[in-house]
Amino acid sequence: MATVQNIEIPDSAARSTLAADELQDAVGDKMVLNMGPSHPATHGVLRILLELDGEVITKADPDVGYLHRGDEKIAENMTYTQFIPYTDRLDYLAPLANNVAYALAVEKALGIHDKLPPRCQYIRVMCCELARISAHLLGLGAFAMDVGAVTVFLLTFTEREKIYNLAESASGARLTTTYTRIGGLMRDIPPTWCDQVRQFLKEFAVALAEVEVLLTRNRIWVDRLRDLAVISKEMAIDCGLSGPNLRGSGIEWDLRKNQPYLCYKDLQFDIPTGSVGDCYDRYLVRMEEMRQSMRILEQCVNKIPGGAENKTHEPVNVADGKVVLPPKQGVMTKMEELIHQFMLVTEGMNVPSGEVYFGHENPKGELGFYICSKGGGVPYRLKIRSPSFINLSILGELMPGAMVSDVPVILGSIDFVMGESDR
Amino acid sequence: MTSIETTQKLKAKFGDLISEPVEFRGEITVKVADAEQIVAVCEFAKKQLGYDYLVDVSSLDNYGDDPRWTIVYHLRSLASGCELRFKTDVSEEKSELPSVIGIWRTVNWHEREIYDMMGIRFRGHPDLRRILMWEGYPYFPLRKDFPLAGKPSDIPGVAFSKPAPLEGGPFVTVAGANSATTREPRVRNPEK
Repeated sequence: MATVQNIEIPDSAARSTLAADELQDAVGDKMVLNMGPSHPATHGVLRILLELDGEVITKADPDVGYLHRGDEKIAENMTYTQFIPYTDRLDYLAPLANNVAYALAVEKALGIHDKLPPRCQYIRVMCCELARISAHLLGLGAFAMDVGAVTVFLLTFTEREKIYNLAESASGARLTTTYTRIGGLMRDIPPTWCDQVRQFLKEFAVALAEVEVLLTRNRIWVDRLRDLAVISKEMAIDCGLSGPNLRGSGIEWDLRKNQPYLCYKDLQFDIPTGSVGDCYDRYLVRMEEMRQSMRILEQCVNKIPGGAENKTHEPVNVADGKVVLPPKQGVMTKMEELIHQFMLVTEGMNVPSGEVYFGHENPKGELGFYICSKGGGVPYRLKIRSPSFINLSILGELMPGAMVSDVPVILGSIDFVMGESDR
Repeated sequence: MTSIETTQKLKAKFGDLISEPVEFRGEITVKVADAEQIVAVCEFAKKQLGYDYLVDVSSLDNYGDDPRWTIVYHLRSLASGCELRFKTDVSEEKSELPSVIGIWRTVNWHEREIYDMMGIRFRGHPDLRRILMWEGYPYFPLRKDFPLAGKPSDIPGVAFSKPAPLEGGPFVTVAGANSATTREPRVRNPEK
């Protein structure tokens, strides 16, 4: 049997008053939006609790720690050399730079940081700058993709692939490079490496110009980035920002210039700075940093002591049997070197008691290692000052007032890695 | 003004509160005798000596010694490039010292991290919650008496309240144990 159902259809005037009532209810009601920890724009496992008034953010509470592995605890339980692979996994977009930063910190504690052979210094600088380009390319590609420009991502990833090839040819691994050793390097670069770098620079210059054409004067890109999330100079210093985020706010501070390490003193490069401190400035600073890195790499491949093939047999390790493993040939034939090998592998090098801090200009900012030693081969305490962690702490102040759609832009312009933030 | 000159100014202002500077590998460390005075010392360092940038705050667990905790502040002046390190001790019974958040805003997450990892509280911190570990975690993992392998704890929250399927394995193959065919449910014969 059919049933009859009455459907009430109010006239348009009644509908509009109804809608107005609903709108009235919504005003003043705040909504809490849970963004992440698994969201494409959070580049990893960052969770942000957003309190929204309509589309405007009124409060943001970043929640980190989803990738916490206890690296500092782990470091206290192993020798200095054993910790090098763990540094690959800090900022996993620039493992070569992390390796160098950690090695330099331990070398400072040992007091051999100014005795590194020049060839080693040049190779390390090249590693750092390749890592910087690689990290900025990923940051930029993901940033542009979140804002809607997918092509940039494809371009930058093509170039990153070439850097991975270079890393593989030097260290044997593409991502987990573990290329440095305390007091030197795992091995010298292969003879063709400098030519490979030259070839890469040639191709990369073209790709970077293409990215520049796609973004820098792109109306949509500029409109979405400009005057968004402005960080003033005072705020940047007070909040402890570092790297491109600090320089984007107009502060000329770069550890490569201000506290030169390795052979940065002998190289010509400029420090780009922003003027406003908005997302667009941070983007421009990163673009210019990549060009300056290219400049540094070009100088390095031309000036590297021993040349590309190292015909003069320049060493890449410090000549100290108590720090660097002896050559295998010597271990098999000489008593002293056998003892050194045995002591280094079982006990590790003896780091005198004391404490050092070494800050390294990593792609994301200042990666610092604070090492407290009480003698022996194991650190008593190793604190990692991770730039991403500190750069993220500003989000709570930066986001209120912005729209929900600005969140990926702000996150992309801050450019963080959770592996490093959470340690 | 060099780092060592700034320590002389600190000494002139605070007297015995500030120890003689110790230099190691070109870095100057100064000990602040009373942790309660750390705010005044830091404020003077920032306002009068130009240490406008706080690089890092770390903590040390001197397990077995008294006082047990040491808090380490790394200061930097962006104008002159000088760096200075403050250290101050806190006893285990107290485990508390004033927060310097009024001087450098960046210390917010640093102090939360130290609280999370070591269990040292910062008086005056507006939001002293755990940061890397989850809310409600009962231990402080960076303490020296916390084992590397960790301790079991109840994980609050709904996401992981039940044991996961395949929890505890099969990740490690034990010699003489069942083969993967009998161990892994997905390769089991469905008729049995």
